[in-house]
Amino acid sequence: MKTNDVILQMITKIVVFIILTLAVYLFFAGHHNPGGGFIAGLVLSSAFVLLFLAFDTETIIKGLPLNFKVTAAVGALLAISSGIVPTLFGHPFLNMVMLTINLPLIGKFELGTIVLFEAGVALAVVGVVVTIILSISEDV
Amino acid sequence: MIDTMLITAMVLFGISIAVALYRIIRGPSLPDRVISMDFIGVNLISAIAVFSVLFQTRAYLEVILILGILAFISTIALSKFIERGVIIERKRDS
Repeated sequence: MKTNDVILQMITKIVVFIILTLAVYLFFAGHHNPGGGFIAGLVLSSAFVLLFLAFDTETIIKGLPLNFKVTAAVGALLAISSGIVPTLFGHPFLNMVMLTINLPLIGKFELGTIVLFEAGVALAVVGVVVTIILSISEDV
Repeated sequence: MIDTMLITAMVLFGISIAVALYRIIRGPSLPDRVISMDFIGVNLISAIAVFSVLFQTRAYLEVILILGILAFISTIALSKFIERGVIIERKRDS
């Protein structure tokens, strides 16, 4: 029997971008509101899981050449190094600095090194979750 | 007045989720359970919307979006498992 999943693949191509937009919003909302790196990583990995569901593994890996184990390792390295760097200047571990600048169009804008830590957490969560799901699905 | 209406709506959503839960436990076949889980997801989304109207807050709106995404993906995964037996396949044209 020839399988036919045109509707699923067409819907997936649209819905993946909505999920990625939600992930980016949750990542930047984590500064003052509910959200943050961990939840953004989980939503991002749910987008990857939807892609793996609608298409097959080889197509996605060919279109997105990303080794997810390396992604998890790079994320953990980024998170830990953003914590270690302040100890070189005599501050405590995981000491974060933040400065507020005025941009012309946006207005008050906050730059902080906590974004690096959150990006590391998000990368680590994406790598670990997608690696777990792919290695569970491989034993058939 | 509107509080009474919203609380009545929450109670009706609770009864509806309980009925769907009965269908999950006693459902004779797997597609009954899949439909019932999707139904519970939709009811939960509506109940959270009513809840955030009742308490006049916007803090729960991300919960609605994430529950919608998770219900969508889990329904697709379970129905693909029913249809083909595998969820994530290595090569498509088999």
